[in-house]
This record gives sequence, C-alpha cells and structure tokens, in this order.
Amino acid sequence: MESFEVRLFASFAELFGAPNVSVTLPTGSTVEELSSAIRALPFGAALPTKLVVAVNHTYVPARTVLKPTDEIALIPPVAGG
Amino acid sequence: MIGIRLVHEAIDPAALIKCVSAADKGAISLFLGTVREMNEGRSVAALRYSAYSEMAETELVRIADEMRDQFGVTSAVIEHRLGPLEIGDIAIGIAVSHAHRAPAIAAVAYAMDEIKRRVPIWKEEEYTDGTKEWVDPTAHGAVLK
Repeated sequence: MESFEVRLFASFAELFGAPNVSVTLPTGSTVEELSSAIRALPFGAALPTKLVVAVNHTYVPARTVLKPTDEIALIPPVAGG
Repeated sequence: MIGIRLVHEAIDPAALIKCVSAADKGAISLFLGTVREMNEGRSVAALRYSAYSEMAETELVRIADEMRDQFGVTSAVIEHRLGPLEIGDIAIGIAVSHAHRAPAIAAVAYAMDEIKRRVPIWKEEEYTDGTKEWVDPTAHGAVLK
C-alpha cells in the first residue's frame, strides 16, 4: 500500500475544509482509483462526476499509474482570465 | 522575450507594451481582461483570484511555447493578477509583438482561449447581496465567453 497526498484548491479545498487530503491505495493504483477513493471520503460525494487530476503540474488521463513521489492535485473548474 | 507572471499588484498596460517593443516588430497586440460589475445576471461587488501557482506558471509557459510554434511569436508577456480585485481592475494582460499584425492578433486570441480553458486559476465572486461563489464556467452547459 502507498499513501498519497492530494492537493486541493478553491471550491474543493472549501468542500473538504483543508488544502489537501490523504488516501491510501495499493501500489500501482491509477488516477481513476485515486478519484474513487477521494469520492469515498467524508464530503467527497459532493465532488463533480468527472474529476480533473494533475500529476507533477500536468493534466493526466484516468488510466495514469501513480508513483509515491508524484505531486497530485485535484483541479476544480478553472476560471482565470 | 517571453514573460509569464502571476502578480498581486495592479497590472500596468504600458509596462506590458514596453516588454514586447522592438525595432523589428511592426505590430503589438494588447488584450486586457477587466472585472465586470455583472456576471450571469448577478451584481458583483468584488472578487478574488487564487491559483495553483506552480502549475499555472507551467501552463502559461506551455501556451507561450504554442504561440511560438503556431504563430511564430517570440515576444510575448502574460500577466495574471491574483488576490482581491475590484470592479474595473485589470485581471489579465497579454501583449504580443510580431513583424506583422495578423499573427500578433491571432496569438493573443489563442492565448486567452487556452488560459480560460486550462490554466489552474479560480475566481471567487462576492455579490452585492453579500453571498459568495466560486465561478464555474462549465456549469449549466455554459460555453466559454
């Protein structure tokens, strides 16, 4: 098993009341499995159906395998400009 | 030069123009995005931008690279303001220079579309009725404006 810290921003940070959440997953887990685990956390059910995830500052598809050293972030709908 | 900046102070359009001015350029295209008093029919009192700064800077550099690859732009500056803003404040400024006007104008339009689509910056609006909300441009099937 591996522990993953996930950074949260804006509306997602408010939802969880924290700038990050921690989830423990089997080694070799994917972004899709991470998303499911976050959704199962308290307050996680209120997240949008489709979660956008960035790994090491790059948007990644759901099948991406996570490494313990990755910087992982959940990206709420962006509204810059 | 290519300049990418997330700033907490007022954006100065003259400074952006100066950044991209050069003797070999025949065109400078400047875009300023400003805070509007009405959004989705609600009266905005103030707003606050926040960002995943490390990734936002990375995405802005990627967009600048794409401006170079697609439009031949090698001189551009993008500044996005963060923190609290008031009505009329400049939230984003983009200046691009090029030998000719068409690529300069097209590159600015491209950069704005891409910034709105993918740069991790968020906007919390405070309305005159005292309520607050994180703006979600994807809500209600809305298209980018």
